[in-house]
Amino acid sequence: MSAGFATELAVNAPRLAMALSQTVMLSLAGAALGTLLGVPLGVVMFRSRLPLRLLLALYVDLVRGTPVLVLILASYYIVPLIGPNLSASLAGVIALGLFCSAQVAEITRGSLLAVDRGQTEAALSIGLRFHQILLYVLAPQALRIGLPAWVNTLIETVKGSSLLLVIGATELMLATQQIIARNHMSIQFFAVAGLLYFAVDYALERLGRRIEKRLTFER
Amino acid sequence: MPPEAEVGDHWNRIMGYTFNFTPVWQSLPDLLRGLGLGLGLALASLAVGMALGLAVAFGMVSRQGGLRRLASGYVTFLRNIPLLLLIYFAFLGLPQLGIRLDKYTAFAGSLTLYGAAYMAEIFRGGLQAVPHGVVEAGRAIGLRPLQIKLYLILPILFRTTRPALGNAYISLFKDTSLAAAIAVPELTFQARKLNLETFRIVETWLVTSLLYVLTAVAIANLLRYLDWRANRREGRTAP
Repeated sequence: MSAGFATELAVNAPRLAMALSQTVMLSLAGAALGTLLGVPLGVVMFRSRLPLRLLLALYVDLVRGTPVLVLILASYYIVPLIGPNLSASLAGVIALGLFCSAQVAEITRGSLLAVDRGQTEAALSIGLRFHQILLYVLAPQALRIGLPAWVNTLIETVKGSSLLLVIGATELMLATQQIIARNHMSIQFFAVAGLLYFAVDYALERLGRRIEKRLTFER
Repeated sequence: MPPEAEVGDHWNRIMGYTFNFTPVWQSLPDLLRGLGLGLGLALASLAVGMALGLAVAFGMVSRQGGLRRLASGYVTFLRNIPLLLLIYFAFLGLPQLGIRLDKYTAFAGSLTLYGAAYMAEIFRGGLQAVPHGVVEAGRAIGLRPLQIKLYLILPILFRTTRPALGNAYISLFKDTSLAAAIAVPELTFQARKLNLETFRIVETWLVTSLLYVLTAVAIANLLRYLDWRANRREGRTAP
């Protein structure tokens, strides 16, 4: 049986590698979309007046309170209403992007709020405008505060991408299931998939720790 | 092309999509039953996961290197793999070894193991925050290690970690949506069925999402209230 597993693993290795890279690409695309949407959202939430802030907070809470699987299914069924012939992968990236955008918006807002108020006051007193304060004073400090949480969101996105098999987007989970459907070695290949996911997420976790260590101020 | 909408009906149309919530309202009992099932599954996983998580947390702060590495390894591994993988492993993988679990057990078991890893991390933080003086005081009056854990450390631990455990419950509740992947008829499963039967796509997912969010908000507020009441009671009984 173990000899059979070795040959099966060798035969399916290219397929698994391909699927792993698809998982990484989908997650990265989702995280990129989420960051592009989320950072401006967070800045506006940090800065804007009450009605707009409430509206954005509603969006963020709605997305954050909804399970990722529901976001994925909703996106899969709703996206074709907007434009037909869009792939499952695109619907998946949109769903992961929405999930990320809400997380990143919260991280951005929280990090900006966590910067000492004296920094803004000092910048105002030397005559900087808001965009200058944001760019030169707040952003560098908020980045230090928010980056570890952002890496965490990246890990959550990779884990969330495993749910894309439900809508048939090609990634690691779907490939694993298809391999198992052919050779019936479910325990072995779920274990292999687990190790692959673990490798990616653990590497990200370590990266996050290193960033955290390098960026936090010496006390 | 659909016939021209009646006068006064145009508020129901946005970008060419006609809203019709009636089928969704008619299926609301199914959706709510699914919601209840999710809450129940999350509660079961929370209860068992807390016990397991506590044991793992004591392992993580243990002085025995082997035990500590084992406990930390468990937490690190489980936190870095997708829950869906664990569910499939339990439901589709274990039968290969002759262990057949029904879908409820497979799902609740997976969620419990997964939740335990998160709660172990919470408890570990709580254990490290227990002042060492408390343990020393316990030793000074001659309590045995188990007594120190039971009567001194645990009450402090549950008080400091209560808010974090509440968040863990909300998170577990959201994770019950994955049970739909192995056909456990909880909210997401019911929503998908409703979606395929009625094709009221936007309505279905809007209502489903709202049900999840409102439930999470309700739980959060309930927990905040319980926390406030508990704090008040503890404040009154404190010397």
